[in-house]
Amino acid sequence: MGAGHSHPLYLPGESPVHRLPAEVKIVAAFGVVLCVVATPREAFWVFGGYLLLLAAVWVAARIPPGWIARRALIEAPFVVLAVLLPFTGGEPHVEIAGGVTLSEPGLLGAWNILVKGTLGVLTSLTLAATTPLRDLLLGLQRLHAPAIVVTIATLMLRYADVIVGEARRMRLARISRGHDPRFLWQAGATARGVGSLFVRSYERGERVHLAMVSRGWTGRMPALSQQRTSRAQWLTGLAAVGVAAALAVTGWVVA
Amino acid sequence: MSTAPEPATAAAPSPEPPSLEVRGLAFAYPDGHQALYGIDLTVRRGERVALLGPNGAGKTTLVLHLNGILTPGRGSVVVGGLPVEKQHLREIRRRVGIVFQDPDDQLFLPTVGEDVAFGPANFGVSGAELEARVEAALAAVGMSEHRDRSPLHLSGGQRRRVALATVLACEPEILVLDEPSTNLDPVARRELAEVLLGLDTTMLMVTHDLPYALQLCPRSVVLDDGVVVADGPTRELLRDTELLRRHRLELPFGFSL
Repeated sequence: MGAGHSHPLYLPGESPVHRLPAEVKIVAAFGVVLCVVATPREAFWVFGGYLLLLAAVWVAARIPPGWIARRALIEAPFVVLAVLLPFTGGEPHVEIAGGVTLSEPGLLGAWNILVKGTLGVLTSLTLAATTPLRDLLLGLQRLHAPAIVVTIATLMLRYADVIVGEARRMRLARISRGHDPRFLWQAGATARGVGSLFVRSYERGERVHLAMVSRGWTGRMPALSQQRTSRAQWLTGLAAVGVAAALAVTGWVVA
Repeated sequence: MSTAPEPATAAAPSPEPPSLEVRGLAFAYPDGHQALYGIDLTVRRGERVALLGPNGAGKTTLVLHLNGILTPGRGSVVVGGLPVEKQHLREIRRRVGIVFQDPDDQLFLPTVGEDVAFGPANFGVSGAELEARVEAALAAVGMSEHRDRSPLHLSGGQRRRVALATVLACEPEILVLDEPSTNLDPVARRELAEVLLGLDTTMLMVTHDLPYALQLCPRSVVLDDGVVVADGPTRELLRDTELLRRHRLELPFGFSL
Protein backbone atom coordinates (compact mmCIF):
# COMPACT_ATOMS: atom_id res chain seq x y z
CA MET A 1 0.00 0.00 0.00
CA GLY A 2 1.20 3.46 -0.81
CA ALA A 3 1.85 6.39 1.41
CA GLY A 4 -1.02 8.12 3.11
CA HIS A 5 -0.94 10.94 0.61
CA SER A 6 0.13 9.19 -2.57
CA HIS A 7 -1.35 6.26 -4.46
CA PRO A 8 -0.40 3.96 -7.34
CA LEU A 9 -2.42 6.03 -9.79
CA TYR A 10 -0.54 9.22 -8.95
CA LEU A 11 2.51 10.31 -10.91
CA PRO A 12 4.38 12.95 -8.89
CA GLY A 13 5.32 15.97 -10.95
CA GLU A 14 5.59 19.73 -11.10
CA SER A 15 3.89 20.35 -14.43
CA PRO A 16 1.29 23.10 -14.97
CA VAL A 17 -1.38 20.39 -14.92
CA HIS A 18 -0.15 19.15 -11.52
CA ARG A 19 -0.19 22.67 -10.14
CA LEU A 20 -3.76 23.38 -11.21
CA PRO A 21 -6.08 23.32 -8.16
CA ALA A 22 -7.90 20.03 -7.71
CA GLU A 23 -11.40 21.46 -7.97
CA VAL A 24 -10.60 22.90 -11.43
CA LYS A 25 -9.35 19.52 -12.59
CA ILE A 26 -12.37 17.70 -11.14
CA VAL A 27 -14.79 20.02 -12.94
CA ALA A 28 -12.77 19.85 -16.16
CA ALA A 29 -12.61 16.04 -16.11
CA PHE A 30 -16.33 15.80 -15.38
CA GLY A 31 -17.09 18.25 -18.19
CA VAL A 32 -14.98 16.37 -20.72
CA VAL A 33 -16.62 13.06 -19.81
CA LEU A 34 -20.07 14.62 -20.22
CA CYS A 35 -19.10 15.85 -23.71
CA VAL A 36 -17.77 12.42 -24.66
CA VAL A 37 -20.96 10.73 -23.53
CA ALA A 38 -23.11 13.27 -25.39
CA THR A 39 -21.32 12.73 -28.71
CA PRO A 40 -23.29 10.58 -31.24
CA ARG A 41 -21.56 7.25 -31.79
CA GLU A 42 -21.57 7.61 -35.60
CA ALA A 43 -19.27 10.68 -35.44
CA PHE A 44 -16.22 8.42 -35.53
CA TRP A 45 -13.45 10.95 -36.09
CA VAL A 46 -14.67 13.23 -33.26
CA PHE A 47 -13.55 10.57 -30.77
CA GLY A 48 -10.08 10.83 -32.30
CA GLY A 49 -10.28 14.53 -31.45
CA TYR A 50 -10.94 13.69 -27.79
CA LEU A 51 -7.95 11.38 -27.77
CA LEU A 52 -5.80 14.17 -29.20
CA LEU A 53 -7.07 16.51 -26.48
CA LEU A 54 -6.11 13.98 -23.79
CA ALA A 55 -2.76 13.41 -25.47
CA ALA A 56 -2.12 17.16 -25.34
CA VAL A 57 -2.80 17.09 -21.58
CA TRP A 58 -0.43 14.12 -21.15
CA VAL A 59 2.29 16.01 -22.95
CA ALA A 60 1.72 19.07 -20.75
CA ALA A 61 1.72 16.90 -17.60
CA ARG A 62 4.68 14.80 -18.83
CA ILE A 63 2.81 11.52 -18.41
CA PRO A 64 4.30 8.73 -20.58
CA PRO A 65 1.51 7.16 -22.71
CA GLY A 66 2.70 3.68 -21.67
CA TRP A 67 2.19 4.57 -18.01
CA ILE A 68 -1.43 5.51 -18.68
CA ALA A 69 -1.98 2.54 -21.01
CA ARG A 70 -0.94 0.02 -18.36
CA ARG A 71 -3.35 1.47 -15.83
CA ALA A 72 -6.12 1.66 -18.42
CA LEU A 73 -6.17 -2.16 -18.44
CA ILE A 74 -8.54 -1.91 -15.48
CA GLU A 75 -11.19 -1.44 -18.14
CA ALA A 76 -10.60 -4.88 -19.64
CA PRO A 77 -13.39 -6.79 -17.80
CA PHE A 78 -15.95 -4.32 -19.07
CA VAL A 79 -14.76 -4.69 -22.63
CA VAL A 80 -15.74 -8.37 -22.63
CA LEU A 81 -19.38 -7.38 -22.52
CA ALA A 82 -18.91 -5.06 -25.48
CA VAL A 83 -17.29 -7.84 -27.52
CA LEU A 84 -20.39 -10.02 -27.11
CA LEU A 85 -22.77 -7.43 -28.52
CA PRO A 86 -21.94 -7.89 -32.26
CA PHE A 87 -22.79 -11.59 -31.94
CA THR A 88 -25.98 -11.22 -29.99
CA GLY A 89 -27.38 -8.02 -31.53
CA GLY A 90 -30.42 -7.78 -33.83
CA GLU A 91 -30.88 -7.27 -37.58
CA PRO A 92 -29.51 -6.17 -40.01
CA HIS A 93 -26.42 -8.35 -40.13
CA VAL A 94 -23.25 -7.68 -42.09
CA GLU A 95 -21.07 -10.45 -43.40
CA ILE A 96 -17.36 -10.41 -42.79
CA ALA A 97 -14.61 -12.75 -43.90
CA GLY A 98 -15.26 -16.51 -43.59
CA GLY A 99 -19.03 -16.27 -43.69
CA VAL A 100 -19.32 -14.94 -40.13
CA THR A 101 -22.13 -12.46 -39.82
CA LEU A 102 -22.22 -9.75 -37.24
CA SER A 103 -25.11 -7.61 -36.12
CA GLU A 104 -24.80 -4.02 -37.33
CA PRO A 105 -26.53 -2.38 -34.34
CA GLY A 106 -24.48 -4.71 -32.15
CA LEU A 107 -21.28 -3.49 -33.73
CA LEU A 108 -22.28 0.11 -33.26
CA GLY A 109 -23.29 -0.58 -29.66
CA ALA A 110 -19.98 -2.28 -28.95
CA TRP A 111 -18.05 0.60 -30.49
CA ASN A 112 -20.12 3.03 -28.43
CA ILE A 113 -19.34 1.28 -25.14
CA LEU A 114 -15.74 0.72 -26.03
CA VAL A 115 -14.84 4.20 -27.18
CA LYS A 116 -16.78 6.14 -24.56
CA GLY A 117 -15.68 3.84 -21.75
CA THR A 118 -12.06 4.05 -22.79
CA LEU A 119 -12.12 7.83 -23.06
CA GLY A 120 -13.83 8.05 -19.66
CA VAL A 121 -11.22 5.80 -18.06
CA LEU A 122 -8.40 7.74 -19.69
CA THR A 123 -9.83 11.04 -18.46
CA SER A 124 -10.18 9.74 -14.89
CA LEU A 125 -6.67 8.32 -15.00
CA THR A 126 -5.34 11.68 -16.15
CA LEU A 127 -7.06 13.37 -13.22
CA ALA A 128 -5.72 10.77 -10.78
CA ALA A 129 -2.22 10.90 -12.24
CA THR A 130 -1.91 14.62 -11.69
CA THR A 131 -3.73 15.02 -8.35
CA PRO A 132 -2.74 13.53 -4.97
CA LEU A 133 -5.67 11.96 -3.09
CA ARG A 134 -5.78 14.54 -0.35
CA ASP A 135 -5.90 17.33 -2.93
CA LEU A 136 -8.87 15.57 -4.50
CA LEU A 137 -10.57 15.71 -1.10
CA LEU A 138 -9.70 19.41 -0.75
CA GLY A 139 -11.15 19.95 -4.23
CA LEU A 140 -14.37 18.15 -3.32
CA GLN A 141 -14.60 20.22 -0.15
CA ARG A 142 -14.19 23.47 -2.11
CA LEU A 143 -16.77 22.32 -4.64
CA HIS A 144 -19.19 22.01 -1.69
CA ALA A 145 -19.57 18.27 -1.93
CA PRO A 146 -21.68 17.08 1.03
CA ALA A 147 -19.57 17.42 4.21
CA ILE A 148 -20.34 13.85 5.26
CA VAL A 149 -18.98 12.47 1.97
CA VAL A 150 -15.75 14.44 2.31
CA THR A 151 -15.37 13.34 5.94
CA ILE A 152 -15.92 9.68 5.13
CA ALA A 153 -13.47 9.83 2.22
CA THR A 154 -10.86 11.54 4.43
CA LEU A 155 -11.21 8.85 7.09
CA MET A 156 -10.98 6.10 4.48
CA LEU A 157 -7.79 7.63 3.15
CA ARG A 158 -6.25 7.50 6.61
CA TYR A 159 -7.60 4.22 7.96
CA ALA A 160 -7.55 1.92 4.94
CA ASP A 161 -3.88 1.22 5.67
CA VAL A 162 -4.45 0.87 9.41
CA ILE A 163 -7.19 -1.72 8.84
CA VAL A 164 -5.14 -3.58 6.23
CA GLY A 165 -2.28 -3.72 8.75
CA GLU A 166 -4.64 -5.08 11.39
CA ALA A 167 -5.95 -7.72 8.99
CA ARG A 168 -2.40 -8.73 8.13
CA ARG A 169 -1.48 -9.17 11.79
CA MET A 170 -4.58 -11.25 12.45
CA ARG A 171 -3.79 -13.43 9.45
CA LEU A 172 -0.20 -13.92 10.63
CA ALA A 173 -1.48 -14.91 14.06
CA ARG A 174 -3.83 -17.47 12.50
CA ILE A 175 -1.15 -18.94 10.26
CA SER A 176 1.30 -19.10 13.16
CA ARG A 177 -1.13 -21.36 14.96
CA GLY A 178 -1.18 -23.77 12.05
CA HIS A 179 -4.18 -22.47 10.17
CA ASP A 180 -3.86 -23.37 6.50
CA PRO A 181 -7.19 -23.00 4.71
CA ARG A 182 -7.15 -24.96 1.44
CA PHE A 183 -10.79 -25.95 1.12
CA LEU A 184 -13.98 -24.08 1.39
CA TRP A 185 -15.06 -25.84 4.60
CA GLN A 186 -11.88 -24.69 6.29
CA ALA A 187 -12.65 -21.07 5.60
CA GLY A 188 -14.62 -20.71 8.85
CA ALA A 189 -11.72 -19.23 10.78
CA THR A 190 -11.05 -16.73 8.02
CA ALA A 191 -14.69 -15.73 8.01
CA ARG A 192 -14.68 -15.25 11.77
CA GLY A 193 -11.49 -13.23 11.33
CA VAL A 194 -13.30 -10.93 8.93
CA GLY A 195 -16.11 -10.63 11.47
CA SER A 196 -13.83 -9.66 14.30
CA LEU A 197 -11.99 -7.26 12.00
CA PHE A 198 -15.32 -5.59 11.37
CA VAL A 199 -16.03 -5.31 15.09
CA ARG A 200 -12.56 -3.94 15.73
CA SER A 201 -12.89 -1.38 12.97
CA TYR A 202 -16.28 -0.39 14.29
CA GLU A 203 -14.85 0.11 17.77
CA ARG A 204 -11.97 2.08 16.35
CA GLY A 205 -14.51 4.24 14.53
CA GLU A 206 -16.16 5.01 17.87
CA ARG A 207 -12.83 5.91 19.48
CA VAL A 208 -11.83 8.11 16.53
CA HIS A 209 -15.17 9.88 16.78
CA LEU A 210 -14.65 10.41 20.50
CA ALA A 211 -11.20 11.89 19.89
CA MET A 212 -12.58 14.17 17.17
CA VAL A 213 -15.42 15.40 19.36
CA SER A 214 -12.89 16.09 22.13
CA ARG A 215 -11.10 18.45 19.80
CA GLY A 216 -14.23 20.43 19.11
CA TRP A 217 -15.52 18.66 16.01
CA THR A 218 -19.18 19.43 15.38
CA GLY A 219 -19.79 17.61 12.11
CA ARG A 220 -18.03 19.91 9.66
CA MET A 221 -14.43 19.55 8.62
CA PRO A 222 -12.64 22.88 8.97
CA ALA A 223 -11.34 24.26 5.66
CA LEU A 224 -7.90 22.74 5.46
CA SER A 225 -6.40 25.24 3.06
CA GLN A 226 -6.77 28.96 2.69
CA GLN A 227 -5.54 29.07 -0.89
CA ARG A 228 -7.84 30.72 -3.39
CA THR A 229 -8.34 29.55 -6.93
CA SER A 230 -7.77 32.33 -9.45
CA ARG A 231 -9.91 33.08 -12.48
CA ALA A 232 -6.94 32.30 -14.73
CA GLN A 233 -6.69 28.81 -13.22
CA TRP A 234 -10.38 28.20 -13.84
CA LEU A 235 -10.02 29.44 -17.42
CA THR A 236 -7.06 27.13 -18.04
CA GLY A 237 -8.97 24.12 -16.76
CA LEU A 238 -12.17 24.99 -18.54
CA ALA A 239 -10.35 25.52 -21.86
CA ALA A 240 -10.14 21.73 -22.13
CA VAL A 241 -13.88 21.49 -21.55
CA GLY A 242 -14.38 24.16 -24.22
CA VAL A 243 -12.47 22.10 -26.77
CA ALA A 244 -14.44 18.98 -25.78
CA ALA A 245 -17.75 20.85 -26.09
CA ALA A 246 -16.76 22.12 -29.53
CA LEU A 247 -15.97 18.54 -30.55
CA ALA A 248 -19.32 17.30 -29.24
CA VAL A 249 -21.21 20.00 -31.14
CA THR A 250 -19.33 19.22 -34.35
CA GLY A 251 -20.20 15.59 -33.82
CA TRP A 252 -23.92 16.42 -33.74
CA VAL A 253 -23.69 18.70 -36.78
CA VAL A 254 -21.79 16.15 -38.85
CA ALA A 255 -23.65 13.01 -37.86
CA MET B 1 -12.72 33.83 21.09
CA SER B 2 -14.68 35.90 23.56
CA THR B 3 -14.17 33.55 26.46
CA ALA B 4 -10.42 33.13 26.22
CA PRO B 5 -8.87 32.43 29.60
CA GLU B 6 -6.91 35.15 31.36
CA PRO B 7 -3.14 34.78 31.22
CA ALA B 8 -1.84 32.65 34.04
CA THR B 9 0.51 35.39 35.21
CA ALA B 10 -2.17 38.05 35.72
CA ALA B 11 -2.32 39.31 39.29
CA ALA B 12 -6.00 38.65 39.88
CA PRO B 13 -7.60 40.31 42.88
CA SER B 14 -9.57 37.16 43.68
CA PRO B 15 -7.70 33.85 43.96
CA GLU B 16 -7.42 32.26 40.54
CA PRO B 17 -9.84 29.34 39.99
CA PRO B 18 -8.32 25.86 39.99
CA SER B 19 -7.79 24.30 36.58
CA LEU B 20 -10.08 21.45 37.51
CA GLU B 21 -12.63 21.07 40.25
CA VAL B 22 -14.71 17.90 40.51
CA ARG B 23 -17.39 17.79 43.22
CA GLY B 24 -19.37 14.72 44.26
CA LEU B 25 -19.32 13.25 40.77
CA ALA B 26 -21.39 10.10 40.42
CA PHE B 27 -22.24 8.28 37.24
CA ALA B 28 -23.96 5.10 36.16
CA TYR B 29 -23.91 3.75 32.62
CA PRO B 30 -27.29 3.29 30.90
CA ASP B 31 -27.04 -0.46 31.52
CA GLY B 32 -27.14 0.29 35.25
CA HIS B 33 -23.46 -0.30 35.97
CA GLN B 34 -22.41 2.32 38.52
CA ALA B 35 -18.90 3.49 37.58
CA LEU B 36 -18.35 6.51 39.85
CA TYR B 37 -19.64 6.98 43.41
CA GLY B 38 -18.99 10.62 44.29
CA ILE B 39 -15.54 11.80 43.22
CA ASP B 40 -13.93 14.92 44.71
CA LEU B 41 -10.79 16.17 43.02
CA THR B 42 -9.19 19.59 42.73
CA VAL B 43 -6.21 20.29 40.50
CA ARG B 44 -4.64 23.73 40.91
CA ARG B 45 -3.22 25.58 37.95
CA GLY B 46 0.24 24.34 36.96
CA GLU B 47 -0.01 21.11 39.01
CA ARG B 48 0.89 17.73 37.54
CA VAL B 49 -1.27 14.99 39.02
CA ALA B 50 -1.22 11.26 38.31
CA LEU B 51 -4.54 9.43 38.44
CA LEU B 52 -3.71 5.87 39.42
CA GLY B 53 -5.93 2.86 39.64
CA PRO B 54 -6.40 -0.69 38.39
CA ASN B 55 -8.31 -1.55 35.24
CA GLY B 56 -12.01 -0.93 35.68
CA ALA B 57 -11.54 1.57 38.51
CA GLY B 58 -13.43 4.25 36.60
CA LYS B 59 -10.45 6.28 35.38
CA THR B 60 -11.59 6.54 31.77
CA THR B 61 -15.17 7.24 32.83
CA LEU B 62 -13.90 10.14 34.94
CA VAL B 63 -11.83 11.49 32.04
CA LEU B 64 -14.83 11.46 29.71
CA HIS B 65 -16.69 13.65 32.20
CA LEU B 66 -14.00 16.30 32.13
CA ASN B 67 -14.89 17.52 28.66
CA GLY B 68 -18.59 16.76 28.76
CA ILE B 69 -18.67 13.61 26.64
CA LEU B 70 -20.44 11.91 29.53
CA THR B 71 -22.89 13.88 31.64
CA PRO B 72 -22.73 13.31 35.40
CA GLY B 73 -25.67 11.66 37.11
CA ARG B 74 -24.89 13.78 40.18
CA GLY B 75 -22.20 16.31 41.09
CA SER B 76 -20.32 18.83 39.00
CA VAL B 77 -17.14 19.45 37.04
CA VAL B 78 -15.68 22.96 36.72
CA VAL B 79 -12.73 23.72 34.43
CA GLY B 80 -10.87 26.97 35.07
CA GLY B 81 -13.97 28.46 36.67
CA LEU B 82 -16.31 27.39 33.85
CA PRO B 83 -18.83 24.64 34.67
CA VAL B 84 -19.06 21.75 32.22
CA GLU B 85 -22.53 22.37 30.84
CA LYS B 86 -24.07 22.09 27.45
CA GLN B 87 -23.94 25.79 26.62
CA HIS B 88 -20.16 26.03 27.03
CA LEU B 89 -19.20 22.64 25.65
CA ARG B 90 -17.08 24.17 22.87
CA GLU B 91 -14.99 26.26 25.23
CA ILE B 92 -14.77 23.35 27.69
CA ARG B 93 -13.42 21.08 24.96
CA ARG B 94 -10.83 23.68 24.10
CA ARG B 95 -9.80 23.97 27.75
CA VAL B 96 -9.60 20.23 28.39
CA GLY B 97 -7.11 18.63 26.03
CA ILE B 98 -7.40 14.85 26.09
CA VAL B 99 -4.60 12.77 24.57
CA PHE B 100 -6.12 9.35 24.00
CA GLN B 101 -4.34 6.08 24.54
CA ASP B 102 -3.96 4.99 20.92
CA PRO B 103 -2.47 7.73 18.71
CA ASP B 104 -4.03 6.02 15.69
CA ASP B 105 -7.41 6.97 17.09
CA GLN B 106 -6.37 10.56 17.50
CA LEU B 107 -4.49 11.12 14.24
CA PHE B 108 -7.07 10.73 11.51
CA LEU B 109 -6.01 13.20 8.84
CA PRO B 110 -3.64 12.43 5.97
CA THR B 111 -0.76 14.59 7.23
CA VAL B 112 0.66 15.52 10.63
CA GLY B 113 0.29 19.26 9.97
CA GLU B 114 -3.38 18.97 9.05
CA ASP B 115 -4.11 16.93 12.13
CA VAL B 116 -2.45 19.44 14.44
CA ALA B 117 -4.46 22.22 12.75
CA PHE B 118 -7.75 20.33 13.16
CA GLY B 119 -8.41 21.23 16.81
CA PRO B 120 -7.60 24.96 16.70
CA ALA B 121 -9.47 25.28 13.38
CA ASN B 122 -12.55 23.82 15.07
CA PHE B 123 -12.17 26.40 17.83
CA GLY B 124 -12.17 29.23 15.31
CA VAL B 125 -8.46 29.88 14.82
CA SER B 126 -7.47 30.52 11.20
CA GLY B 127 -4.92 32.05 8.87
CA ALA B 128 -1.52 33.11 10.16
CA GLU B 129 -2.44 32.41 13.78
CA LEU B 130 -3.41 28.83 12.95
CA GLU B 131 -0.11 28.47 11.13
CA ALA B 132 1.77 29.77 14.18
CA ARG B 133 -0.14 27.42 16.52
CA VAL B 134 0.76 24.40 14.42
CA GLU B 135 4.41 25.46 14.25
CA ALA B 136 4.60 26.05 17.99
CA ALA B 137 2.86 22.79 18.94
CA LEU B 138 5.05 20.69 16.66
CA ALA B 139 8.17 22.47 17.90
CA ALA B 140 7.15 21.81 21.52
CA VAL B 141 7.16 18.05 20.88
CA GLY B 142 10.18 18.12 18.56
CA MET B 143 8.29 17.03 15.45
CA SER B 144 8.51 20.14 13.24
CA GLU B 145 10.35 18.42 10.42
CA HIS B 146 7.63 15.76 10.07
CA ARG B 147 4.84 18.19 9.36
CA ASP B 148 4.02 16.99 5.85
CA ARG B 149 4.36 13.28 6.55
CA SER B 150 1.58 10.79 7.01
CA PRO B 151 1.10 9.53 10.58
CA LEU B 152 1.35 6.07 9.05
CA HIS B 153 5.07 6.56 8.50
CA LEU B 154 5.95 7.63 12.02
CA SER B 155 7.21 5.44 14.84
CA GLY B 156 5.03 4.77 17.87
CA GLY B 157 6.84 7.37 19.97
CA GLN B 158 6.61 9.98 17.23
CA ARG B 159 2.90 9.33 16.80
CA ARG B 160 2.39 9.76 20.53
CA ARG B 161 4.20 13.09 20.46
CA VAL B 162 2.18 14.25 17.45
CA ALA B 163 -1.01 13.25 19.26
CA LEU B 164 0.19 15.42 22.14
CA ALA B 165 0.85 18.28 19.70
CA THR B 166 -2.69 18.05 18.29
CA VAL B 167 -3.97 18.85 21.76
CA LEU B 168 -1.30 21.42 22.69
CA ALA B 169 -2.25 23.40 19.58
CA CYS B 170 -5.62 24.07 21.23
CA GLU B 171 -3.76 25.75 24.13
CA PRO B 172 -5.66 23.81 26.80
CA GLU B 173 -6.12 24.85 30.41
CA ILE B 174 -5.52 21.25 31.48
CA LEU B 175 -3.85 18.44 29.62
CA VAL B 176 -5.33 14.98 30.24
CA LEU B 177 -3.15 12.05 29.19
CA ASP B 178 -4.68 8.58 29.02
CA GLU B 179 -1.97 5.96 29.62
CA PRO B 180 0.72 7.96 27.81
CA SER B 181 3.46 5.35 28.21
CA THR B 182 1.69 2.28 26.77
CA ASN B 183 3.37 0.65 23.77
CA LEU B 184 6.44 2.87 23.95
CA ASP B 185 9.96 1.54 23.90
CA PRO B 186 12.23 2.83 26.71
CA VAL B 187 13.78 5.57 24.59
CA ALA B 188 10.43 6.86 23.29
CA ARG B 189 9.13 6.71 26.85
CA ARG B 190 11.99 8.86 28.13
CA GLU B 191 11.66 11.30 25.20
CA LEU B 192 7.96 11.72 25.92
CA ALA B 193 8.73 12.31 29.60
CA GLU B 194 11.22 15.02 28.66
CA VAL B 195 8.65 16.72 26.44
CA LEU B 196 6.00 16.54 29.19
CA LEU B 197 8.38 17.89 31.86
CA GLY B 198 9.17 20.80 29.54
CA LEU B 199 5.52 21.92 29.39
CA ASP B 200 4.09 24.22 32.03
CA THR B 201 0.48 23.21 31.37
CA THR B 202 -1.62 21.73 34.17
CA MET B 203 -1.59 18.00 33.72
CA LEU B 204 -3.71 15.03 34.76
CA MET B 205 -2.06 11.77 33.79
CA VAL B 206 -4.12 8.58 33.90
CA THR B 207 -1.86 5.58 34.26
CA HIS B 208 -0.95 2.38 36.02
CA ASP B 209 2.71 2.90 35.15
CA LEU B 210 3.82 3.84 38.67
CA PRO B 211 7.46 4.78 37.95
CA TYR B 212 6.23 7.08 35.20
CA ALA B 213 3.84 8.73 37.64
CA LEU B 214 6.71 9.18 40.10
CA GLN B 215 8.92 10.73 37.44
CA LEU B 216 6.34 13.16 36.10
CA CYS B 217 3.82 13.95 38.81
CA PRO B 218 4.60 15.24 42.30
CA ARG B 219 1.04 14.40 43.40
CA SER B 220 -1.04 11.28 42.85
CA VAL B 221 -4.66 10.31 43.31
CA VAL B 222 -5.68 6.66 43.59
CA LEU B 223 -9.08 5.74 42.22
CA ASP B 224 -10.67 2.37 42.87
CA ASP B 225 -14.23 1.12 42.53
CA GLY B 226 -15.42 4.58 41.58
CA VAL B 227 -14.10 6.46 44.62
CA VAL B 228 -10.90 8.34 45.45
CA VAL B 229 -9.11 6.15 48.00
CA ALA B 230 -5.88 8.13 48.40
CA ASP B 231 -4.54 11.55 47.48
CA GLY B 232 -1.06 12.74 48.32
CA PRO B 233 2.57 13.12 47.28
CA THR B 234 3.38 10.40 44.75
CA ARG B 235 6.48 9.16 46.56
CA GLU B 236 4.59 8.67 49.81
CA LEU B 237 1.72 6.82 48.17
CA LEU B 238 4.07 4.52 46.31
CA ARG B 239 5.90 3.67 49.54
CA ASP B 240 2.66 2.45 51.09
CA THR B 241 2.84 -1.16 49.90
CA GLU B 242 -0.31 -2.08 51.81
CA LEU B 243 -2.31 0.64 49.99
CA LEU B 244 -0.93 -0.43 46.61
CA ARG B 245 -1.74 -4.08 47.21
CA ARG B 246 -5.28 -3.30 48.31
CA HIS B 247 -5.92 -1.55 45.00
CA ARG B 248 -4.17 -3.93 42.63
CA LEU B 249 -1.28 -1.58 42.01
CA GLU B 250 2.29 -2.79 41.99
CA LEU B 251 5.74 -1.37 41.43
CA PRO B 252 7.72 -3.21 38.73
CA PHE B 253 10.11 -5.97 39.79
CA GLY B 254 13.28 -4.65 41.37
CA PHE B 255 11.84 -1.22 41.99
CA SER B 256 11.75 0.12 45.55
CA LEU B 257 11.38 3.52 47.18
